[in-house]
Amino acid sequence: MNDVKCECGHVNPHGTVLCEACGKVLDETDNRKELLDMRYEGSARRSQTYNKTIIDKIWNFFSSVKVGVWLIIITLIASILGTILPQEMYINLPPDVYYEQEYGWFGKLYYQLGFHDLYGSWWYLLLIAMIGISLVICSLDRVVPLYKALKAQRVTRHEGFLKRQRVFGANSEAEQTDLETVKKHLQAKRYHVREENGDILAEKNRFSRWGPYVNHIGLIIFLFGGMLRFIPGFYVNEDLWVREGETALVPETNEQYYIKNNQFILEHYDKNNKTFEKALNRAGEVVKNYQSNVVLYQREGEKIPGEKPKLKKLEEYKIRVNQPLSFNGYSVFQSSFKTEFKAMTFALTNKSTNQAFGEVKVDLTNPQEKYDLGNGYSVELLNYFPDFEFDDNGEPSTKSRVPNNPAFIFRMNTPDKPKGETSFVAIRQTIEPFGNNTYKLAFKGIETKNVSGFIVRKDSSLWVFIIGGIIFMIGVIQGAYWNHRRIWVQRKNGQVWIAAHTNKNWYGLKRELEAILAGTKLTMPDDQLQRDKEVKEVV
Amino acid sequence: MKKRRLVMRTIILLILGAAVAYSLYANLTKDTKQKVAVGEKAPDFVLTDMDGNKHRLSDYRGQGVFLNFWGTWCPPCKKEMPYINNQYQQYKDKGVQVLSVDIQESELQVRQFAEHYKLDFPIMIDTDKEVMTAYGINPLPATFLIDKNGEVVKYHTGEMTEKMVREFMEKIKP
Repeated sequence: MNDVKCECGHVNPHGTVLCEACGKVLDETDNRKELLDMRYEGSARRSQTYNKTIIDKIWNFFSSVKVGVWLIIITLIASILGTILPQEMYINLPPDVYYEQEYGWFGKLYYQLGFHDLYGSWWYLLLIAMIGISLVICSLDRVVPLYKALKAQRVTRHEGFLKRQRVFGANSEAEQTDLETVKKHLQAKRYHVREENGDILAEKNRFSRWGPYVNHIGLIIFLFGGMLRFIPGFYVNEDLWVREGETALVPETNEQYYIKNNQFILEHYDKNNKTFEKALNRAGEVVKNYQSNVVLYQREGEKIPGEKPKLKKLEEYKIRVNQPLSFNGYSVFQSSFKTEFKAMTFALTNKSTNQAFGEVKVDLTNPQEKYDLGNGYSVELLNYFPDFEFDDNGEPSTKSRVPNNPAFIFRMNTPDKPKGETSFVAIRQTIEPFGNNTYKLAFKGIETKNVSGFIVRKDSSLWVFIIGGIIFMIGVIQGAYWNHRRIWVQRKNGQVWIAAHTNKNWYGLKRELEAILAGTKLTMPDDQLQRDKEVKEVV
Repeated sequence: MKKRRLVMRTIILLILGAAVAYSLYANLTKDTKQKVAVGEKAPDFVLTDMDGNKHRLSDYRGQGVFLNFWGTWCPPCKKEMPYINNQYQQYKDKGVQVLSVDIQESELQVRQFAEHYKLDFPIMIDTDKEVMTAYGINPLPATFLIDKNGEVVKYHTGEMTEKMVREFMEKIKP
């Protein structure tokens, strides 16, 4: 459990493999191998011995890269599962019906396992969160010791350390001028050169070692942005339907903004236009434009629900696909439309003579009760069913408040039938409950109106994602386009030893070394890893 | 040194754990979030009834308010309306007011419905669904019990029996 004192005098934390200062191998089991494992500078990452408390146990669990990789693999598999069948938000039936009906026993199982809302499930969220924790702890557990080790390194290194570098060579013949030349070359190559007792340590681009950790910081900011979306008001994604001519409150705006839909426009490509003729013959009707002409209002003064708001006109705008109306962080997108019945017209007609006695126009959202046609003719609306069906008792009733299938019970008052005649009128259906009527209400026409479907969106977390993304890329670039290179030129046993290390691109390092040693008597050091391979191949 | 490391690790794990716990909590409650919770002040509103009288919720401070949301098309609403009317007769002199709010239907339908079931309590139409939005109601019928201090005592969604209606009114009797 104690810190380890190296023979060079440096005190290393427990678990250190290579002395931070001189590079001597401290862990004796490591001594047998030919080359040193230089990962994290042999520093004491994840000290297994601090395993006493539950905190340390949790810490060590998340500190393991193996655990991190497994978490990612499990999350990947879960994400794949979620794409097999459509998710809950993309279906238009209740999920308990939909999955079994569409996909049989597999669909039922899929629903029972909760995969219909996989990406919103608690366990999926937990997996993502655990990846986040693993990312933080893995990074911290490696970057801190690595930073300390690189900071503590001395110029003069232990023989064992130098000998067991991948690129290593010894020279018996060397002159002082050679070392001077090497130093000049190193400096010309932008190496940071340190000298101690005639030994040289040249180092460059140490910052590239921090690339992965910068990258992880970006990822964590990214995850943090995802978390921000749960905070009320940070992220809004709501549907809004507005009928033509109506003014509606924009949701999630603290009852501040209202939108009036003046007109919905649907345009198709012109079939007679020569340019599009061929394509249109093949594809049929193609929509050119979905557009809603709207007016944006802001409420003035205080108001309680139910009161008519005082509205101030802010702007008129034509909302088209990809051209949303934007205000105060909100964007209103054109996303859909539907057509609703608005009014139905009937003519009061004598069944035998077919003579008409005037027309009745029934507004389907706000019908009138009495319609006076003059000359003693009038029609009364006794009952109105906007979404007509027969209920369990066989009586006419309505399924909803939306006029999808309107039906009416009328009383027709005429001079020759002073008591009136009752008629039940639905689409393509007329019932005369009290026997044969003399008069009927003949269907004349139906008016429709458009309803625009909007999506109201606000995303205050977007800038967090942008910053996270930028930092992520900085980390990638930092780690990918620069290499941390070190070259040791040291006097040992009357010889000049040269060793070199890089975290990647060994070919580049060796080429650089050749240029540095050019014009001196010093020989190019060997790549011991390559030599070993060659030897093995010969044997 | 080792002590400091333990403290650091504990702090970091606590911060991470708190962030995860918050995300999970927010994710689990986002669908079931009730806009008006029991124990909170009931949001004020003003609506006009079928006789043209304005009713403002805050004017009924000091009385219990039985606030019912309904629609003529909803079968359970049809069943419970007569019960509410019966109990309204019993409790209107004991300081319990019934306010019934129809969601976005035509005056004709609501009037005919009220005449058919001979309803005596004030009936209002929430034409722009503003009160419905303020109370965050989805399935109808929905009933809020509001006590004499204007606080929500109970929220009930679904059909009520006559016995339940009576118990509810008893609950908010001042």
